[in-house]
Amino acid sequence: MKRPVIALIAFAIIACLPLLGDNYLLRLGTMFAMYAVLAQSWNIIGGYAGYPSFATAAFFGLGAYTGAILQGFGWPMPLAWVAAGLLAAVFAGAMGSAILHLKGHYFAIASLVLAEVLLEVTTSWTSLTGGGMGLNLPIIRMSIAAQARLFFWSMLGLAVLTFLMSWYVSAGRIGFALRCIRQNEDASSMVGINTTRYKVVAFVMSSLFVGAAGALYASWVFYIEPPDVYSVMTTIRPIVMTMLGGAGTLLGPVIGSAIFLVIEEVVWRNFLSVHAAVLGILIVGLIFYLPNGIVGAVARRFRKRGAENGET
Amino acid sequence: MSDPFFQISQLESGYGEIQVLWGIDLTVNEGEIVCLIGSNGAGKTTLLRTISGLMSPTAGSIKIEGRVIAGADARLALTSGVAHVPEGRRLFRTMSVKDNLLMGAYIRKAPGDVEDDLERVMTMFPRLAERANQDASTLSGGEQQMCAIGRGIMSRPKLLMIDELSLGLAPRAVELLSETLIEINKSGIAILLVEQDVMTALDLAHRGYVIDRGRITFAASSEELRQEPAVREAYIGAA
Repeated sequence: MKRPVIALIAFAIIACLPLLGDNYLLRLGTMFAMYAVLAQSWNIIGGYAGYPSFATAAFFGLGAYTGAILQGFGWPMPLAWVAAGLLAAVFAGAMGSAILHLKGHYFAIASLVLAEVLLEVTTSWTSLTGGGMGLNLPIIRMSIAAQARLFFWSMLGLAVLTFLMSWYVSAGRIGFALRCIRQNEDASSMVGINTTRYKVVAFVMSSLFVGAAGALYASWVFYIEPPDVYSVMTTIRPIVMTMLGGAGTLLGPVIGSAIFLVIEEVVWRNFLSVHAAVLGILIVGLIFYLPNGIVGAVARRFRKRGAENGET
Repeated sequence: MSDPFFQISQLESGYGEIQVLWGIDLTVNEGEIVCLIGSNGAGKTTLLRTISGLMSPTAGSIKIEGRVIAGADARLALTSGVAHVPEGRRLFRTMSVKDNLLMGAYIRKAPGDVEDDLERVMTMFPRLAERANQDASTLSGGEQQMCAIGRGIMSRPKLLMIDELSLGLAPRAVELLSETLIEINKSGIAILLVEQDVMTALDLAHRGYVIDRGRITFAASSEELRQEPAVREAYIGAA
């Protein structure tokens, strides 16, 4: 119970970022919070349950467009965000029931298709979404600095909510059931774990805050277009971040998103034209040297030391 | 006529377009050990998976104590008293032996006497008691089978189904397991045993069914099956 409290304190310290008055840092902070939402959400289905979902971009894009369209209809921002999250969750529930009986890469491919289909639908439905022209959001009457703070705190709040959800999952019966499913789905079902229900619940949980984050993102950047919000990178990043930090752990995705953001900012700016290659190398390196992520490696280190000092 | 303890009638099942079982009739009486023998691809595992609710039958019925359990719900089968020990054991790696056994009691609402049952399984399989805190993946094949059977018993079944008891195990381990199975059976649990090794199966069981290409071709007592020329020729290798 100690580590989650430390994490919450860390979130509280990050929330003080606007005191520094640096807009670049604030932008980075907002990106970090958004990544933390995406990575922690993916961790529930991909980390705990071991189902490699490639649907993050689908939830994100769906949320972004839902939020943008509702705001266009004159809905207040927070309400549009909540609605976007809920719609993404409903979508995940419906799609999850259909594709979660697929295993391994079959599931991965089916989930990958979700974003592609939504991308096509969004692009063709010009009357509602503006199609390939993209969609402008209503201007907010607020100073630039106040806006930056507002979106930073909102996104950070969303990250904390996602963290609380992960905490609830990891400590409770759901997390236990999901870990069993990752271990051996057949055996889980034979001892009476309702695998279908838990998988769908995990998929829905992995979509709710991603949808809301998409809507928040739309409000933040004022303009969205289909290839931007349904970008395959939106799907890949959370996976890399979670693996970097430690899949199936509570803190891993948060730590992973922070480190990933630093890498993205520092290294990629210097390798603008080959950043995709750098990402590829990073993934391969991760699989080879840190299969359990940073949290996993640190935990193993501690366990080893404990065994050396304690038992003998 | 009262219903038998466990009864399958006219059961049909398969994978998508491919039908595997064609009208299976099978009964298990209370306190009986029944074996199901047949070659590869005859439909033995499909039958067990359908009974335990991992697959949905396309026709026919499965009843235990008069209660219908067919229809792709593993929980219903389990709460009705059917436990499945799958082929290849399927333990939870990275969990200890004890935790694997406790997983068997996952479905039970009242955790009260789980400890007693754990004790009972440990007495039944002393090897598991010795290795209670070891990772389940470090067990030998025979010990893994013990653990899987123990996990099945932890759900307090009335019918224990075991898929390929002897697969990949040393003869000595099979002997040991057979003795324990007879003990389990005497404690009042009926057993449905799927086995490729026909001699082991017929030694253990009271009655047997021969399944071939999704149909039951023989149903008789173990003694009669042993004498049956067609069975001897096909499965024992001596006319």
